[in-house]
This record gives sequence, structure tokens and C-alpha cells, in this order.
Amino acid sequence: MEQKTLIDYTLHLADNALVLGHRNSEWTGHGPILEQDIALSNIALDLIGQARNFYQYAARLRNEGVSLGGARGGRMSEGVAATGGGGVEVTEDTLAYLRDSWDYRNCLLVEQINGDWAKTILRLFFFSAYQYSFYQRLQQSRDRELAAIAEKSYKEVTYHLRWSSEWVIRLGDGTEESHRRMEEALDQLWKFSGELFVPADYEKVLAEKGIAVDLTAIRSQWEERVDAVFRQAGLTKPAAAWEQTGGKQGRHTEHLGYLLAEMQFLQRAYPGCEW
Amino acid sequence: MVNTAQIWSLLEQVNDPEVPVLSVVDLGIVRDVREVDAAGRRVLDTRVAEMDRGIVEEEAPALEIILTPTYSGCPAMDVIRMNIRMVLLQNGYKNVKLTTILSPAWTTDWMSNRGKEKLKGYGIAPPLPSQQVCHPALFHREEAVACPHCNSYHTTLISEFGSTACKALYRCEDCREPFDYFKCH
Repeated sequence: MEQKTLIDYTLHLADNALVLGHRNSEWTGHGPILEQDIALSNIALDLIGQARNFYQYAARLRNEGVSLGGARGGRMSEGVAATGGGGVEVTEDTLAYLRDSWDYRNCLLVEQINGDWAKTILRLFFFSAYQYSFYQRLQQSRDRELAAIAEKSYKEVTYHLRWSSEWVIRLGDGTEESHRRMEEALDQLWKFSGELFVPADYEKVLAEKGIAVDLTAIRSQWEERVDAVFRQAGLTKPAAAWEQTGGKQGRHTEHLGYLLAEMQFLQRAYPGCEW
Repeated sequence: MVNTAQIWSLLEQVNDPEVPVLSVVDLGIVRDVREVDAAGRRVLDTRVAEMDRGIVEEEAPALEIILTPTYSGCPAMDVIRMNIRMVLLQNGYKNVKLTTILSPAWTTDWMSNRGKEKLKGYGIAPPLPSQQVCHPALFHREEAVACPHCNSYHTTLISEFGSTACKALYRCEDCREPFDYFKCH
């Protein structure tokens, strides 16, 4: 049971990074100018690298659980038909390519469609500001593997946060049109930002054990950072509004299904394909 | 017994495929070279002493190389691992275990001075020491990145993200050449 909770948490972190990495990579070849296209592609690469580290760890935990007999007949095979028992080893690829949207544990924010440059930037800013405080704390996790991944990722996210913050200011404080677009992006994304700080059951259990990050502790840091950047950008944070949740439990918006359909197509159509 | 000094010098032959002027040793991503027994356990000093005295029969030497990636998503790591295996195999080391660690996280401070000189000679500005930079203050910029072509400090950042994860793009305002800066990390 404890192992399952840790796997769920690790998958939640992996899915967050992979889904946002995939969304950002959709800009590759389509960025407004070459340098920013390359920047966003680099950020996508960092996120996918972080996702790989988490998936590899989740796969190892699951394989260990199976070899100990702990997972047999349990709920650990949720959705992973190819890996449910039978001694088939799970890999990072099985976890990324063969789970369905209800198995994914990412926050709703990261799966939202790219929209225009303003929306992509704001989504990245919200999430990078969250990851910055989050990874800072996760480095003190009692789980040494999660702490090590956090230590590595934290350095990368520092760059993402700086880059996206500057763009929020540039657009918010830019032309009439860029400001209007930022406000529209804010209207569309704000309701998904609250979920970042609403812990799922697996987060609550592990936070008590000193493994997961206590999200209430980082919310104020996030708010402060958003306030500071919005002040410079001339943007106003919406008043407290409805917070859409469910992603961490596998209840997603329609957008995730389309994303997975594209991302997983090859492995679904040609299982085990390599090139 | 394995001569670890020889292994280190063999690793000097393995280059970063994205910055071919640097070896994996220059880059600072090889953290340790250890002799291990057949089961992958580290050979302890007492055991080595026993081997020296001939008490324990020497097995085929096995090696463990400890690596750490530059960036989480660095696509060169797989090629680097393969090339390390190849070079060692060519020199008779068949039993090699490659272990990746993430902590402590790689930093450009681990790059050798020789590596920094080689980078500059190759036309890439080497990283500045990390205590000067690497923080999230907005619009914060590295001070005085020197142009690797004309040594001028009159340079401008074009983009914080360059042709690979580890580089930023700059322009020299004196010789007018664009150049890569191996960014501090």
C-alpha cells in the first residue's frame, strides 16, 4: 500500500513534467521567432528529461513491488494492461506510452492547449513558479531518489522561471494587443492554478511522512512571485474564483485525450517499436 | 587489479558529441571510477590487500563508472554511455557497469580549466564561475562574457537558450560575430 502511494506520487510528478514538456514541444518549428522557438524547445527538453527521471524511478519501484509479490492482484496494474502481472517488466516507456488519460495524474493546468504565445507563456510561468518552490522543498524529501531528481531539476527550472517571468512582463506591459492577449490568457488559465496547491490523498499521506512537499507551505511563495511579476506587467490577479480540480485523481479535461492520442499513437499502433 | 589512472586517461578519448572538443572528463560528468567485484560490489581495501598477498584469487576486473548528466534532458547521454563502453571494450575491459547519479547535481564549476581553454579555442565562450550567476532575479544578466574570437567584453545576450541545453547565444558588438556561451549552471 505504501509503495502504491509512492508510485502514484512519482507518476504525478512525471506526468506533470511530460505533459507540459509535450505541450511546449508543439511549438517547435512554430515559434514567433527562431530564438524563442529554440528557447521553448530547450525548456520542453528539460521537462521531458525530468519526466524520464521520475518515470524510471516509478518503473523501478513497481518492478521491485512485483518481484516482492506486493503488487500481485493489487491495484497497481491500473490501466497498464501490458504490465499487469505476468512478470513483464515495466519501463519508463510503458508508463509514458501505455497508460490512458484516467491513469494520468498531472494537474489540469499543464494539459491546457497552447492557444497563442501569451497563453503558452502564462501557463509556463504559473507552472515554473510552482516548480521552483516545489523542487526547492522536495530536495529535503526523506525519499533520497526524489530529493536527487529535485536537486537536478531545480537548477533547470530557475532558468524557466526567469525566462517566462520576463515574457509575462514584456507582454503584459507591451502593446495594447499583447496586454489584451495576456488578460484573455489569464481568464482562461486562472481557474486551473489553484489545483497545484490542493493535495491529493497520496500527497497528504506522503507529506506527513516527510516524503512529499507540503503544498500549503509553498502557496504563499507562489502568490508572492505572481504578484511581483504581475505588478511589473500591469496585470491584475482575478479575485478568488472557482478552482477546477480532478487532474491529480485522473479526471481530466478533454484536451489530455487528444494530446495522448498523438503522443502515444506510434507505440499503440506498433508496440515496442524503436528507431 | 585495475589501474584506475589508465581508465581515466582512456575516458579522455570519449568526447561530448555535441561539443566534440570536450572530453567527458573535461566536462566533469565522470564522477568516479571504481573497481568492483563480479556482483558489482565495490572492492574494499582489505580485499585488495588480500589480493595483493595472494590470499584471494583475482577475478576478471570489473569496473563501475559513475556518471552524472549535465541537464536532465541531455540527449547526448545515451551516445556518451555507448562510446564509453566502446573505448573500454577496445582496451579489454568487458565488464563495465555504468551508474548514473543525479546528486550532487552537475555544475559548470566541475569543468576543467583545460576544458575551458579548449572551449574558447573552439569558439565557445566558457562558463563563468557559478557563484556570480544562476539565480532567478528577473532581467539579471551574466556580467562580462568575453567574445571568444576577439576577447572583447562588449557583448550582448541574444537568447538564454541556444543550440543545445547547455548554451546561450551571444553577439559581440565589436567584431560583430555571434557566438555560443556555455552557460553557467
